Amino acid sequence: MYGVTNLLLIAVILINFFTLGSSRLNSCIRAVAAQGALLALIPLAAHGLTFHTVVLGVGAFALKGVLIPWVLLRALRQMRLRRESGPLIGYIPTMVLGALITSAAFIFADFLPLRPEHRGGLFIPTSLATLFVGFLLLMTRRDAVSQVLGYLVLENGIFVFGTLLAEAMPLMVEAGVLLDLLVGVFIMGIVMDQIQREFSTLNTERLSALKG
Amino acid sequence: MLAVLVGLPLLMAVVAAVIPWYRVRSWLLAVTGLVHVVLAGLLVIHPLRAAPPGAWVGLDALSTLVLLVTSLLFLGCAIYAVPYLDLRRDRGNRMIVPCLLVFLSVMTLAVIARHLGVLWFAVESTTIASAPLIYYNRNALSIEATWKYLLLCSVGIALAMLGIMFIGYSALGLESHVSLQLDDLLRQGPQLSRPWLHTGFVFLLVGFGAKVGLAPLHSWKPDAYGEAPGLVGALLSGGLTSVAFLAVLRSVQIMAAAGDVAMARQALLGMGLLSLVLAAVFMVRQPDLKRMLAYSSVEHMGILAIGVAIGGLATFGAMLHLVNNALTKGCLFLSAGNIQRTFASKKLSTVHGAMTVLPVSGALFMAGFLAITGAPPFGPFLSEFTILRGIVAADRPGVLAVVLIALATVFIGMGSTVLAATQGEPGEPTLRGQDRFLLTAPPLVMLLAVLMLGLYIPPPLRDLLQSAADLLEAKP
Repeated sequence: MYGVTNLLLIAVILINFFTLGSSRLNSCIRAVAAQGALLALIPLAAHGLTFHTVVLGVGAFALKGVLIPWVLLRALRQMRLRRESGPLIGYIPTMVLGALITSAAFIFADFLPLRPEHRGGLFIPTSLATLFVGFLLLMTRRDAVSQVLGYLVLENGIFVFGTLLAEAMPLMVEAGVLLDLLVGVFIMGIVMDQIQREFSTLNTERLSALKG
Repeated sequence: MLAVLVGLPLLMAVVAAVIPWYRVRSWLLAVTGLVHVVLAGLLVIHPLRAAPPGAWVGLDALSTLVLLVTSLLFLGCAIYAVPYLDLRRDRGNRMIVPCLLVFLSVMTLAVIARHLGVLWFAVESTTIASAPLIYYNRNALSIEATWKYLLLCSVGIALAMLGIMFIGYSALGLESHVSLQLDDLLRQGPQLSRPWLHTGFVFLLVGFGAKVGLAPLHSWKPDAYGEAPGLVGALLSGGLTSVAFLAVLRSVQIMAAAGDVAMARQALLGMGLLSLVLAAVFMVRQPDLKRMLAYSSVEHMGILAIGVAIGGLATFGAMLHLVNNALTKGCLFLSAGNIQRTFASKKLSTVHGAMTVLPVSGALFMAGFLAITGAPPFGPFLSEFTILRGIVAADRPGVLAVVLIALATVFIGMGSTVLAATQGEPGEPTLRGQDRFLLTAPPLVMLLAVLMLGLYIPPPLRDLLQSAADLLEAKP
């Protein structure tokens, strides 16, 4: 099973790069959806088929892979938005930064006091790299949709780390966490719609009236 | 019993979303608040049998204290909401009433949670439930405030989840099954893997600290409190901050059980002092009444953190201050809401002579200012003084100096703003306000409660505060 898990984790890292380099919001959302769907398979691949992993996998697949992207795509369609308003740092420099961060995550993971069974594995570096890429998106993108995507990528990174703990989170709690994510993104979608109506743009740099 | 405390507001939220009658919906809020207070009061008088170790929810001294505070504050705000929502028929209450009720429900869940996962879920839900509340006024400014609040708190809370995972990782391999239940973690404390525990604590502090509004993660606070309606500001600054602070205290508890309370205290002290100083700087010449109150909230969260960081007597003071801060902030935000509505502004350029225009609300705002800045004989004086005595007893002259200078700055800065707003002649002499009974009674009662706490602390409350403070001390 290790082969499958590692393949999935590498795919997650590759999708990180795709989101950093793409300017089309539609494909960005689809990429994050694909990342979510792949992540949902990781508990199954890593811990085998149990009731816990199956329910978690199906739940995460439905929410991260289908429902949340659907909410975002629908919001995007209603706002008739295609491209993002341009990043603070260009796409190529962001990609380079992403590559640096990812390598740093791999080096950093070697220094962590991991348990013997996790040493040298891909879990921790992938989790850290995805986390940092989420932060990078949040910081370098100006439009609201990309910021929400950054938040989702960040959440995905945390999800990868969570699979290491297997069943520490009871299913009820996992379900609650996923539900929070869904409702949160839904509300963010509504607020985005209002931003678009009020300011005729999703560029969050326009949200700067409140100071002091 | 605990299930009713969480479930009842949730059920009422559904009812409120369904029924078509405007006034009934407003009253539903007040009735639910009342039932909630009664149930919470019953729980204090007849404590439940201690929850079996391993239970996901339960009450200890800390959670009983925060439960009482949030429940009482909510009742006050709910009664205030009835006439308030009558005045705001243009905005409607179909959205705000269910959201307020869900907010109460998830706050209660966060308070009684004894499982880190449940705690996280509840705290994140408070963010989601309160976002529509901040957005109530539906203008460009409130959209901006809501967006910043949503994004910053969601990301912060995501980091708290990472912190919880790290703490889970620190317990990996100790027992056959990793548990994130608080009692289990406290029991395993000394065996937890140090580096992971410390990293986890830092992330929890950052994540829940963003929700508490401790500097440097407070930037959403002035925006959100400034643009939200007064009653929402009261609930956020008195209720939500207390609940989030409880979440921070849970991580301190785990650190204390692991024997690393010194490190936790150092981190809290740093953030507390930074909050206090930053808030003091921003409160001088603050031209916006509600933003001033928001910075005051940052300041008092800083004081709470410092109190817990010093330990001993100061922790007791911090527990008392948590109660005082919640009630005083309730009074201040509700009366500030009355002033803002009458003057149609919260800016110092427009608001003058509030005492002439609104004798009751103006006086309440003035008295609330005196209370929150620690003037005797109000409660915050007693609690801040206790914290200061704790700092002296712990022999930390540097901390004492910073705290005293910051408190003096806050008094002067806040004083000049409040005096300019309440005294003098109103800009438009024709302006006549109207103090309605139900819009002034809740802040008045809160102020009286704070006054009482300054003069006399009932023995049962003192015991509760003491046992809450004891939970935060390192086990020998």
